Amino acid sequence: MAETRYIRAVNDALREEMERDGSVFVAGEDVALAGGSFSATRGLLDKFGADRVVDTPIAETGIIGLAIGAALTGLRPVVEIMFMDFITCAMDQVVNQAAKIRYMFGGKPKLPLVIRTQCGAGLNAGPQHSQCLEAWFAHVPGLKVVMPSTVTDVKGLLKASIRDDNPILFIENKTLYGLKGEVPDEDFTLPIGKGDIKKEGGDVTVIATSRMVHQALKAASKLSEEGIDIEVIDPRTISPLDKSLILDSVKKTGRAVVAFEEVKFAGFGAEVSAMIAEEAFSDLKAPVQRIGAPFCPVPFSKPLEKAYLPGEEEIVEAVKKVVK
Amino acid sequence: MSKLDKESKISLLKTMLTIRKFEEKVSENFAAGQIPGFIHLSIGQEAVSAGACFNLRKEDYISTTHRGHGQCIAKGVEIRPLMAEIFGKSTGYCKGRGGSMHIASLDYGMLGANGIVAGGIPMAVGAAFSAKYRKTDQVVASFFGDGATGEGAFYESMNIASILKLPIIFVCENNKWAEFSPQQVHMDIENVAQRAKAFGNVAAETIDGNDVELVVDAMERAIERARSGNGPTLLECITTRFHGHYEGDPQKYRPKEDIEGVRSKDPIVRYKTKLKEEGVLDDAGAEALEKEVEGIIEDALQFAKESPEPDSKELLNDVYVN
Repeated sequence: MAETRYIRAVNDALREEMERDGSVFVAGEDVALAGGSFSATRGLLDKFGADRVVDTPIAETGIIGLAIGAALTGLRPVVEIMFMDFITCAMDQVVNQAAKIRYMFGGKPKLPLVIRTQCGAGLNAGPQHSQCLEAWFAHVPGLKVVMPSTVTDVKGLLKASIRDDNPILFIENKTLYGLKGEVPDEDFTLPIGKGDIKKEGGDVTVIATSRMVHQALKAASKLSEEGIDIEVIDPRTISPLDKSLILDSVKKTGRAVVAFEEVKFAGFGAEVSAMIAEEAFSDLKAPVQRIGAPFCPVPFSKPLEKAYLPGEEEIVEAVKKVVK
Repeated sequence: MSKLDKESKISLLKTMLTIRKFEEKVSENFAAGQIPGFIHLSIGQEAVSAGACFNLRKEDYISTTHRGHGQCIAKGVEIRPLMAEIFGKSTGYCKGRGGSMHIASLDYGMLGANGIVAGGIPMAVGAAFSAKYRKTDQVVASFFGDGATGEGAFYESMNIASILKLPIIFVCENNKWAEFSPQQVHMDIENVAQRAKAFGNVAAETIDGNDVELVVDAMERAIERARSGNGPTLLECITTRFHGHYEGDPQKYRPKEDIEGVRSKDPIVRYKTKLKEEGVLDDAGAEALEKEVEGIIEDALQFAKESPEPDSKELLNDVYVN
C-alpha cells in the first residue's frame, strides 16, 4: 500500500489505463499542455503524445460528441468537463445521445465512455463553479453516475469506469483533491454499483456521498462520545444504486439519515428516503432525515458559502433527532 | 465532368428510385394509419443521399437526421429491417425502440439518425477522430439540414474538425426550409457554405443538390481531401422538399407557388431524362428498373407488416451493457 492524494490517484488511474489499453485516450479543455485545471492529467501529454491526450476548444457539446462518436467506433474515451456546472452546455449529448444510444439502437452498440468532472462548493468559486448535479443524471436511464469519496475509491472506480462498456459520469469533488490515502500497489478495480461501509455501527445508518462521507465520519467520532454508534454507508455509485447495502443497514439500525451536498429539494436524498420508506418502513423507528444544501444557488462570499454547505454539525443534529 | 460509367449511372438512378418508392410507401401507409409516430420524408432530395454516399465504402461512416431514410438506403442498409423499424416491429433495426428518427446500423457504418436537430454532428466528428486515431482511411459524412446550422453543436463540431484536421464531410441538405420557416427567417446569408469561412481549415462548396452527378463529383473531391489527411469539407447541396416538414403537415406557411413548383425540380425525372438522352437507358430499361425496385419495396413492406410487435417483456432490455 502506498500513500497518495486523491488527485494523484486520478492521474495514476488514467496513466495506468492508457498504458494497459491503446484504445483509451483523454480529451478536454486544457487537459494536454496545461495538464488539467486541477492537474488531473498532468504528465500524460509527455508520456502518450498529442494523439492520445487532446486539447479541445472550449466546447462541451463538441467534447462529449467527440467521446460518443469515438466510443461508437471502437475507442474508449475519457473526456473532462472542467467544472460540473459546464455540463449544462452539453446536455443534449449526455442525455439524449450518450444515455440512449444503446437502447434506442436496439441493444447493439456499446458506448464505453467516461465523462470526468468535478463538483462541489467550499472554494468560493461562486454559483457557476460549485454545483453538485448528480440527481439530474441519476434520473436518466442509460447513464451510470459514480461519486467516489476516498483515494482508494477514486482510483479503483475510475479504472473500472474506463473498462466499463457503458457511458459513465464520473464525479470527483474539488475539495477532496488534496485528500491523502492509501492505494494498493497492484492493479485493482472496484465494482461499479457496489457501496461500501465506511464505518460499522448499530444505532443509526448514515448514507453519505462524496465529501459528505468525511463529514459523516467526523460526526461519528463526535457522536460516539455521546454513546451513539452510527454506521456510515457510502454508495459510491449514485446510479446504479446499491440498494441492498442501504436497506440491510437500515433494517439493522432502524434509523436513517441521508447526507449529500447537492440541494436537498428533489435531490439524491429524496430517492434514498423514498426507497427506505417503500421497502423498509416497518423496520424504521423514526422518520428518515435528509441533510442537503438549502434551496439556493451556491453563494460566493465566505460566510454565505459556509452557511450554505451542509456538514458535520447538521449530521450530528439529524442523528440526535432520529435517536430521540 | 463526371467520369461515371453506364453501370454507375444506372446504380445512381436505382438508389434514387429505391428511396423514392420506399418513402412513397411509407407515406401511403402512414396516411392509412399503419405507422405510428411522426414521419419526415426526403422525397425530392434523393439526389443528395444517392450522390453523397455513392463513393463511400461500407466501412466509412455516416450520421443523419430525422429526415434520414434516404441516407440509410444510399449507404446500403437492408431495406427489410429499415421498413420494419418504421413500423415499430421487433424485426426492425432497433427492435422497434427507435422508429423512423433513430435508425442505426453499425454494420453498414450508419451511426444513427437523430431526433435532435444537429445532434448527430458532434458524434460524427468523434467517429472521424476515431478513424484518424486508429489510422484507418475511413471517412465520415455527416448529414444535416440548413436549419441545423443555427445550432451551437454545428459550430463546435466544425471548429473541432478543422483544428484536428479530421476526415469528415459535413453535408448540408439545404431544402430552404427549417421545419416551418423559410431560409430568410433563420439565416442572414445566402449560402450555408459561407459559414465555413469562420473555421480556417474547412473547404466549402455550394452545388445544385438536385443534380446527382454534381453531388457525386463534389463528394469525390471532399472524400479525397478527407482520406489524404487534408481535413473537413462543408458541402452544401441545394435541394427541394416535396412534402411538408412531417407527414400530414398542411404546409399553410408555404407559398402556393413554392409547393406547386417543386415537381419541376424532380431529381429523378431529370436524371432519367438525361440518361435516356445519353443512350444509357431506354424506356424498357427504365420500366424494368422501376419494376425491380417496386419488388424490393413491396417485399420489405410485407416483411414489416407481417413482423411481430416487440414483446412487452423486452421493455427493460439493453438499457445497459451488462
